[in-house]
Amino acid sequence: MENRSLVTIANYTKEKLLYLIEMAHEFELNPNRKILDGKVVATLFFEPSTRTRLSFETASNRLGARVIGFADPKVTSGTKGETLKDTIMMVSNYADIIVMRHYLEGAAQYASEVSPIPILNAGDGANQHPSQTMLDLYTIYQTQGTLEGLNIYLVGDLKYGRTVHSLLTAMRHFNPTFHFIAPDELAMPQYYKMYCEKNGIKYVEHQDFDSHTIADADILYMTRVQRERFTDLMEYERVKDRYLLKKDMLFRARANMKILHPLPRVNEIEYSIDDTPYAYYFQQARNGLFAREALICDALGITLEDIRNNNK
Amino acid sequence: MKRQEMPVAALQNGTVIDHIPSNKLFQVVNLLHLDTMKTPVTIGYNLKSKKMGKKSIIKVADKFFSDEELNQLSVITPNVTLCIIRDYDVVEKKEVRMPSELTDIVKCANPKCITNNEPMRTRFRVLDKELGIIQCHYCNREVTLDQVKLL
Repeated sequence: MENRSLVTIANYTKEKLLYLIEMAHEFELNPNRKILDGKVVATLFFEPSTRTRLSFETASNRLGARVIGFADPKVTSGTKGETLKDTIMMVSNYADIIVMRHYLEGAAQYASEVSPIPILNAGDGANQHPSQTMLDLYTIYQTQGTLEGLNIYLVGDLKYGRTVHSLLTAMRHFNPTFHFIAPDELAMPQYYKMYCEKNGIKYVEHQDFDSHTIADADILYMTRVQRERFTDLMEYERVKDRYLLKKDMLFRARANMKILHPLPRVNEIEYSIDDTPYAYYFQQARNGLFAREALICDALGITLEDIRNNNK
Repeated sequence: MKRQEMPVAALQNGTVIDHIPSNKLFQVVNLLHLDTMKTPVTIGYNLKSKKMGKKSIIKVADKFFSDEELNQLSVITPNVTLCIIRDYDVVEKKEVRMPSELTDIVKCANPKCITNNEPMRTRFRVLDKELGIIQCHYCNREVTLDQVKLL
């Protein structure tokens, strides 16, 4: 059987990404389609992640599937010393697809190699989180009407932030200009800057974060600067407030500019911004549902045409 | 080197791995599983070498390794000399070539990689043969060969 698992979308073609965006759009028009009637989706969360799990489980439910699984690894046999392979083999006897979050990097790739049913990676350590990337792409497309030629500003933790790295990789097909705004300790790694150069992606690095810096932004992608990422806590104290987005920084912003954030936010976006037309992070989270409905269907071999023709 | 000066006995049939840096000798022994060999194995350690100062040499009688086995050596010692001996003559000289993928040879440097936490084979893509940069097939961590540990 062809392996339809989704481990990463890093290697997806432009056509495949646009196809999945179209599929997500179909689910935005109508999220309730009983196309997975009679199917069982297993959600195995070896690492707790409430919002990702709720989003996948909602997607499964709205597609008419039944959901089994666990949200807390303490209740599984992993704590008794069972290998990941054994858990996967056992669950694959019961379910049609496995949605898996794991704290170990590469766990999804390995699971996809041993599993007889498709694996959908819901995050493996600091490695990949393709459904987040898919919902980010969908949100950018939804708000801008295109993915082509956009100015995308990435702010905050650009060193450890797996979402910004995946977004950068996935956007390579669409001629973007990236702007990196981060403290030195959390700057975009050299590896990704070289990746940009190799793939002809334009990028600009900024020291300041003010109304002038972000005036040309189409997308302002905020991330959290976490205290535990710093080796030098003095440095953290010095920079922690420099990468907060305040309402008075937005008066030069483009009309089409949208602020995204993978959530949870702490204080990096001032709460008063929530009521401005620029705030889009809650709609972005909602798009997670449509993106995940599309990814589950694609992993099960259900096509866009199948979805359009389904009347249940 | 003249035959009478040879510090280790000549081989009738088999494989000679010469010019092994002495500090890599035992890694080569492990990698080729010479400890389980049934045929005679001669190991010369810390021998004089004009080229290298000190070198090591391994002679394995009646054993002809596959290219796949020999190419694994590229992970430790890319510059060894390999001679295939038949009836006391060198019938073939081989170079070690870095394969494009390394399976179950090196250990991933990332403690949070699945390969370090599950009974399974490791797999690496070779990204740059000259600089010796490899990437874990599972966690995508990149390392250079001089930093890797063998399994």
